[in-house]
Order: sequence, then C-alpha cells, then structure tokens
Amino acid sequence: MELVHIWIGLVGLVIILYVVLDGFTLGIGMLFPIAADERERDVMMNAIAPVWDANQTWIVFGGGALFATFPLIYTVLFSALYVPLLTFIFGLIFRGVAFEFRATSGRKTQWNSSFFWGSMVATFAQGVTLGAYIGGIEVKDGLFAGGAFDWFTPFSITVGFALISGYILLGATYLIIKTEGAVQARAYAQARWAAWVVAGFMAIVSLWTPDVDPAIPARWFSEPRIYFIWIFPLMGLTAFIALHVAISRKREVWPFVFTLLLFLSAYVGLQAALYPYAVLPDITIYEAAAQPKTMIFTLWGVGLILPFVLGYTIYSYSVFRGKVDAGEGYH
Amino acid sequence: MDVVTLSRLQFGLTTAFHILFPTLTIGLAIYLMVVEYLWLKTGDEMYYRMYRFWVRIFAINFAVGVVSGITLEFEFGTNFARFSQSVANVFAPLMAYEGMTAFFLEAGFLGIMLFGWNRVSRGVHFLSTCLVAIGASMSAFWIMAANAWMQTPAGYELVDGRFMVVSFWDAIFNPAFPTHLAHMLVASYETSAFAVAGISAWFLLKKQNAPFFRRSMAVALIMAAACAPLQVLVGDLRGKNVAEYQPAKLAAIEAHWETNTAGGADFVAFAIPDMKNERNLMAVTVPNMLSYLITHTKDGQIQGLKEFPKDERPNSLVIFWTFRIMAGIGFLFVGIMLWALVLWRQGRLYDTPLFLKALIAIQPLGFIATIMGWITSEMGRQPWTVYGLLRTADSASPIAAGNVVWSLFFFILFFGIVGYSFFYYIFKTLRRGPDLESPMPRVQRLSGMEPEQNDTESMEVK
Repeated sequence: MELVHIWIGLVGLVIILYVVLDGFTLGIGMLFPIAADERERDVMMNAIAPVWDANQTWIVFGGGALFATFPLIYTVLFSALYVPLLTFIFGLIFRGVAFEFRATSGRKTQWNSSFFWGSMVATFAQGVTLGAYIGGIEVKDGLFAGGAFDWFTPFSITVGFALISGYILLGATYLIIKTEGAVQARAYAQARWAAWVVAGFMAIVSLWTPDVDPAIPARWFSEPRIYFIWIFPLMGLTAFIALHVAISRKREVWPFVFTLLLFLSAYVGLQAALYPYAVLPDITIYEAAAQPKTMIFTLWGVGLILPFVLGYTIYSYSVFRGKVDAGEGYH
Repeated sequence: MDVVTLSRLQFGLTTAFHILFPTLTIGLAIYLMVVEYLWLKTGDEMYYRMYRFWVRIFAINFAVGVVSGITLEFEFGTNFARFSQSVANVFAPLMAYEGMTAFFLEAGFLGIMLFGWNRVSRGVHFLSTCLVAIGASMSAFWIMAANAWMQTPAGYELVDGRFMVVSFWDAIFNPAFPTHLAHMLVASYETSAFAVAGISAWFLLKKQNAPFFRRSMAVALIMAAACAPLQVLVGDLRGKNVAEYQPAKLAAIEAHWETNTAGGADFVAFAIPDMKNERNLMAVTVPNMLSYLITHTKDGQIQGLKEFPKDERPNSLVIFWTFRIMAGIGFLFVGIMLWALVLWRQGRLYDTPLFLKALIAIQPLGFIATIMGWITSEMGRQPWTVYGLLRTADSASPIAAGNVVWSLFFFILFFGIVGYSFFYYIFKTLRRGPDLESPMPRVQRLSGMEPEQNDTESMEVK
C-alpha cells in the first residue's frame, strides 16, 4: 500500500516536471515563427539549446518509471493511444534534430518550420493523449480491448488545443526571463494573450470533464476531498490574476512562477479527480502496480540517484543563467 | 501482414537506425575525453582545436541518437504490450535505471560540453566530457543487461505467465550479460576509432590541415589498435556463451544441422542454408574446425539444428550470413591494424596513399558490422522474445494492424529525411574543416598564454 502511494506520487512528480520543463521548451518552439528575423530566432533557440535535451529526458524516464512501477498503465495506455503517442514521437523527432541541423545549415527556413511543426504536433498529440486518458479506456483481462480510433473524441481534441495554449504561455513567460529588448516585449504581449486563452480552455475543460466521466465530480465532492478540493480552482484563479499583475508591472521572473502555479492547480485538481484510479473507468492503482520487490528496487535508484540528477540539473541552469543573445556563439 | 510481423519489422528498423548513432556517441565520447585530457595535460593548442572540431560531429550525431532512441522506449508499450506486461517486473526497472544513471547524465552535461566554453573552468569542462562519456557507456550497460536477459533469462520465477523477480542481481548479471556488454562497448569504441581514422585519412590524402589530421588519426589508431584484437577475443567468448546457453542460435549461425556423434563438427565456411529441407547448398566446409572454435578440442560435440523442433529454429539463412559479414569485418580490422603497425615501424603511417585509401574505404564497415551483429543476436533469439519462455507470436500489442502500417510508413519516411539530413550536415561540417583561428575563450587559456586581441568570443554575457 505504502509503496504504491509513494510511487504514484513519484510518477506524478516526474510527469509534472516533464510538463513544465519541456512545456516551456515546446512553447518557445511554437512561438518561433512569430519572431521578427533570424537573429531573434537565434536568441530564442539559444535560450533553450543547452537544456532542451535534459528537459525532454524527463519523459523518457517517466516512461521507464511508469513501465517499471505501474506496468498495466504503461501497456494499456500505450496500446490504446498508439496513434497519438507515436505522433508525439514524430513531433519530438523534428523538434529535436532542428537544434543541430539549423545551427549547421546555411538556409534556416526548413529547420525553422521543422522546429515549429515538431513542437506544435508534439504538444497537440500530448494533449490528445491526456484527453483520451481522462475519457477512459476499454480494458479486458489486463489488455486494451478497444478500437484504433477510440482516442479521437471532441473532448480529446479540445484538450490538445488547450495544451498548445498552455505551453505557449509557459514558453512566453520563460522567454521573458531569458531575453531582453524586442523579443522580451513581444513575449510579454504573447503571455498576456495566452493567459486568457488558457483560462478559457481551463474553464471549458473543467466544465466538460464531469460530462466525459460522471464519476469524477462524485469523487471531487466525496469526503475527505470535499474539504480541500476548492483550493485548486481558487489557487488557479489567484495565479491567473497575479500573472496579469506581474505582466503589467513587467516583473521578469514572476509571470513564469505564476504560470507554474496555474499549471500546478490544474494538475493537482485533475489528480484529485482520478485517485485512486490508474486507468479509467475502473482499474485502480493497486491493481496496476508492479511486484513490491520491483518497486523497492527502483525506489532505491530514485532515492540515491535522483537527488544528484536534480542537483546537476540546477547546476546546469545556473551555469547558463542570465540573458542570452544571438551572438553567444553556437559551439 | 499481421501485427506481430509488422511490429517486428518496425522495431527492427527503428532499432537498426537508432543503434548507429549511440555506437558513435559511446566511442566518440571516449575519444573526446582522451583528447581533452591531452589538452589539459600538455597545453598543446592542437588538442583544443581537435576537440572543437570533433565535438561538432558528436553533437549532430548525439541529437539524432536521442530522438530516434525515445521511439524505442515507447515501442515496448505501443507494439509489444503483451511482452511488456509479462516481463515488466524484471525488465522494466532496467529501463528506469538507464534513464536515471545514463540519459540524465548525458543530457545534463552535454549542454556544458557544447555551450559551456565561456562559462565554466577547464576542469569543470573536462569533468563534463567525462560524465557524458560515462553516461553513454552506462546506457549501454542497462540496455545490454535488458537485452541479455531476453537472451538468457535469470533471477525470475514464472507465476501465471508473468515473470516475477527473485533476484535483480541475477537478472542483471545473467549469463549472456558480461560478454554481450563487452562486445557492444568494444564495437562502439572500435567503430568510432575507425570512423575518425577514416575521416582523417581523407583529409591527409587531400593534404588539408595535415598536422591536425595526423594527430587526430594517431589518437584514433591507438584506440583502434587496442580494440581490434580485443574484439576478436571478446567475440570468441561471446560465441562460447551462445553455444552454452543458446545452442539453437549457435547451430543456426553455423548452419550446423546434424549433431556430430563420431569425430569433430565441420565448420561451414560458405553455404546457402536451406531451412525447408534442412541442408546446406553449395557448402564449403573445414573438417573438425567448428569443434575447435567452440570447444577448443578436435571432436567436441556441437548440437545440430535438427535436434530442435522446427518451430523453435532461428532462420539460419539470414544469421549464417550476417554473422559472417560481422566476423569478417572484425578480422579485416585486425589485418588493417597489423598493416598500420608495419607502416608505423617504417615511419610511413601518414603518407602511404594506399593505406589512407584503405582507411577511407573501411570507414563505414564498423557500423555495418554492428548492425549485422545485432541482426544475428536478435534474429538468432527467434522465435522467442524471452529465450525459450515467451514466444514472439505472443508478445505483440492487442491492436489493429493498420496502426502499425501507418506508423511504419512514417518511420521510414521520417527516418529517411533525418538520415539524409544527418549525412548532409556531417559532410558539410567536414568540408568546412577544423577552425584553427578563432580566439580561445579566456577561461580556457593557460596562464602563460598571450592574451588575444579583439577577444569577442570570450566576452562574458551579462
């Protein structure tokens, strides 16, 4: 029991770390075409070039950790969401190679669009995956038993677009921290727009979710969740208002921080709606969990190694702290 | 085609494409580590310039390795859900550990390695290179452990068709693991060494930047000289391990049909194995040689392929040949290094055109040998995903075949584009040649060195 709870918490942590870290990276990719010229695009890319790979690695580890500790979620989800997940991979491929290829290339246009479309497709597919997951998956004898296009619903498509706006907000607020001048000024404006769109999508998705799975509001309003569930919308609303104030006052770091808070409120609110289910509508985390021995063995690794990983990740960010410019020579 | 066949095809193609890149990453990281060590130790600027040139190749290669590698982590779930569900308790933690100990290390310090020249000290930069190199080899450790477990499963018990862990130590250090890992690591180092040597030879032949590429080639050839004979030795050990634990695979590799009862087993040097009629066409054999190779005795008994039921035999026609191509390349590399030794003694290593041409010609062979080795290993494991216990036919995901047709099409298309672009930009980087003029960042300069004028590159960013 304890192990299952520790691990569902850890997997949840790894996923939100991925969402936030690759979220701003993908968001900057989606803002790429709006830059005025190649010099500005160089700035945008330099802001993430030293860290993008480490950011993306969280999904690789997340996949491995999910496979190891909740194999049923991994196998059912991945067969059920075959098309959106591999579409996500295709997006990541074109996003990832764009960094080096663009830097080596003389004519940047094609890798600019590879970077943009890769980021866009990866984000959209991720959102669709999330939407389809909330929508529930048909399972029989521990295996996926539905059809190839079960994931394709108005709800999942909406969540796909919602995530695009969310990552654009993350990207814009991160750009505010890393850049100055024209790029930063534009990022402020983009963040303001994106925040409204995100808020709109959050409202739509929150109101729609009970319709997709009627069991979710029942869980929200059951004891003991009824006592704290209201915190999350309140936290989201506060973050949204604070975000606008921070943008208006041109605070450099705070818009990003409040965006994180906004994401966190949605994420924890969602988790509270799911618990204790691993695959909706009726497989619990206890049924989906791996053998205790496997969970313990993997937990040792997390306990001993992950603190170092977090340590040198922070170190790496501190090495590359401060504003970037276009002239900071690519290796 | 059914889901199983399509999924195998897709997994095979994506893995084969992917493995080319980590092979070079693992070896080139070691090469860069050596070069940077020499730079710090001798203070000879040439080593610094070498690092800056070869790291560009490394960076492009690394990026393609990363994006193609994520694919595989997903395919266990998307395409082989039944396999994944059955083995997860034993197999999946190795993937999680690979992420923790290898991918984060590589990704975390790659940024400093590529972009940190102006921002960290020489010592920290060197440490970053070392950590990236360690991360790359650690990745091989876990992947080879996982793959070796599929070849020779250990440390588990089967409960209702699921593998439950009994001992992770036994699972990781399963019988095939030590030789499997050593074979892949040495292959990576050797392939990378010959890749660098081949590129250097091309420049030497064209007489461009000769001192630079003589030095590059020297370091690479020293690495190759250590690896080439070692790989033959490791390969021999690997072969004996296969003979002991995967006898059907060995029989198929050697196209050995009948168990030898009286006298030694013959080695088939050339043949077209005919799976259907259980015989070899146009066979050329060496008497008793197979017994010598495997058991080191004149008449050691080797199990023939006919001893195994027909539906438990790997495809001899394929792996007989993939194995011979791989082993042939291995011996060719040893020969090249003997030749290099003679030329070196004569002091003509860098200016013998025929030798340089040979190095250029064999440059891709290490990669081909790696692919051939993997085909031998993986097709030799068939018809099982977990050797002797879980059939490939029972391993695929419960999905419609159309899914896989769709993704296979796009993988071929997209990997085609990425592969083409990779070569295009590698050649472009090579044609541009090394940069011998750019001022060195201030933090990298030794205390006795003259300060550069117009020192723009090392200007600290606000």
